[in-house]
Amino acid sequence: MIPGVDGFMYPNEVELQWSVLIVLYPYITGLVAGAFILASLERVFNVAAVRPTYRLALLTALAFLLVAPLPLQLHLGHPERSLEMYLTPHTSSAMAMFGFVYLWYLTVVLLLEIWLEYRTEIVGLAQSTRGLKRWIYRALTLGSYDVSPAARRMDEKVGYAVTVIGVPSAFLLHGYVGFIFGSVKANPWWSTPLMPVVFLFSAMVSGIAAVMVLYVVCMKLRKTAIDMRCLDTIARYLFYTFVIDFTLEMLDLIHRTYESDESFRSLDFMVHTRLLFSHVILQIFLGTLVPLFLLAANQLWRYTEGTRKAMYMTAGALTLVGIFAMRWNVVIGGQLFSKSFLGYTSYKMQLASREGLVAAVLLMILPFVIFFVLVKLLPPWQGGKAHEA
Amino acid sequence: MDISRRDIFTVGGKLLILASVGATLKQITGAEPPSDAYRLADHWWGMIIDIDKCIGCGNCVRACSKENNVPEGFFRTWVERYQIEDQIKEVKQPRVESPNGAIDGFPPLAPIDGKSFYVPKLCNHCADSPCVQVCPVGATFVSPDGVVLVDQTYCLGCRYCVQACPYGCRYLHPETQTVDKCTLCYHRITKGLTTACCENCPTGARLLVDFKNPKDPVHEILRTNKVQVLKPYMATGAKVYYENLDGAVR
Repeated sequence: MIPGVDGFMYPNEVELQWSVLIVLYPYITGLVAGAFILASLERVFNVAAVRPTYRLALLTALAFLLVAPLPLQLHLGHPERSLEMYLTPHTSSAMAMFGFVYLWYLTVVLLLEIWLEYRTEIVGLAQSTRGLKRWIYRALTLGSYDVSPAARRMDEKVGYAVTVIGVPSAFLLHGYVGFIFGSVKANPWWSTPLMPVVFLFSAMVSGIAAVMVLYVVCMKLRKTAIDMRCLDTIARYLFYTFVIDFTLEMLDLIHRTYESDESFRSLDFMVHTRLLFSHVILQIFLGTLVPLFLLAANQLWRYTEGTRKAMYMTAGALTLVGIFAMRWNVVIGGQLFSKSFLGYTSYKMQLASREGLVAAVLLMILPFVIFFVLVKLLPPWQGGKAHEA
Repeated sequence: MDISRRDIFTVGGKLLILASVGATLKQITGAEPPSDAYRLADHWWGMIIDIDKCIGCGNCVRACSKENNVPEGFFRTWVERYQIEDQIKEVKQPRVESPNGAIDGFPPLAPIDGKSFYVPKLCNHCADSPCVQVCPVGATFVSPDGVVLVDQTYCLGCRYCVQACPYGCRYLHPETQTVDKCTLCYHRITKGLTTACCENCPTGARLLVDFKNPKDPVHEILRTNKVQVLKPYMATGAKVYYENLDGAVR
């Protein structure tokens, strides 16, 4: 008997190949895509109520996007060869496209949109600040100091166009991550055409929840009043996307159960044993049903401001835990059962190794550090002035 | 004789191309380039395994391990023992085991009301290989003579191919940190030898075959026997054929 193994695993299957770092990868890219889509609500779909979170959402997306390749890089056996994915990509590989999708999203969409949004203020700061700050802002102007009304109208036009391109790009970024898993025909836990769509909607759910929580926390820290109209609107959109996400996940579950193909008995056993806590309790109950109930209650009944805030914060935090559990269950769960459908292995997370718990925690702290720096550099709080001008 | 700059570039370029072709083949296969007598286009390698002939001795696993320096705990080939009880009152799952890949064979089996048999496994050297499809840099590829290989100097160690293989034939080599797998003893078969596992099988259960050779016994075997590949529904174009394979085998 091999410790941690029940039944029969092919001998090379006993050790898991994709660790907690590969759980972080879809989680982080999901937060990016979701935060960007929330930002685009204001810009493209004219939902004026979420304006106070527009810049916050863009900076959140950038902070997480900068960290997104790091878990992959740390996971590689030969990180020094990763550039080969750009230089000699294998065109039939879904994974080979990551670098291009990432670069497109980072440079063409996110950096450009943030720059256009902040340009007027950057020019002002480049002229009003002193010392190192002055040099940083001067560099950020990219030599463009024209903030005449005509130039700002042009910024607005281009910014709008970038956001319009950005929405399908955000869909591409995370739908593509879903495809990486959904297209593996050898693994029935992953192989479903619903995977990219489920990943996309769960990304929107997690991104919207993250910006909602960050907005409330930032306002609390700055001792500034929370715009309840904005918070209510975000919570409403979170509810809508969550309903679609949950429906898709249930559709997948019902379909699998009804079809009951060869893999079903094995997967069903796994969900009831090794994934019971992370799948049934964390993902479905605490991470989906409870926040859905809290958000739905706010659509049906009116609560006081304080109660609403508490309900939204609880729903947001639980949602973030639930979506993390969902990524865990996909990545780790997909490797716990044998492709012979005759046995199960276990995941033993290491503590301080390259792919261990400490690395994962540090990688999850890093986006918040970047976010803090970005907020200091490009304050999102006067939101509206540049845009409304 | 006048040697122009053009001549130097022309000759030098040709030499460079020749040198790089040689170097690449050596890196890919870990062996010297095939001899002049070996023509890649003349071969299409595979294997035939007769389940009824396998006695589960583990000779093939040991031979493969030694021949290819397979790291401990990982397997380029292994043997599984299936025990299927009579389905009298209920449908029972088969009991399958492969202790340490059967490198030391199997412990004695208590008699059961049913049947038991051994199934040797290895890379199926698929023609439409899902592992080749997903490799982000093309480090794993099907050679012109039909063998799925990994370029150890190019592999990133992302392990997407390990996830994509339906048969569990790949692993990350703990020392090289690149993906490793059965090469069908490419360094031997390109010199006219058979694989280490086939060479050491005492019952002839394993047979290296060349589908492009009209005189190869594979054609007679495929014509006169009922054969099957593992997981045919995966449509991978597997080239390891099994004679007398039970439907329970996965």
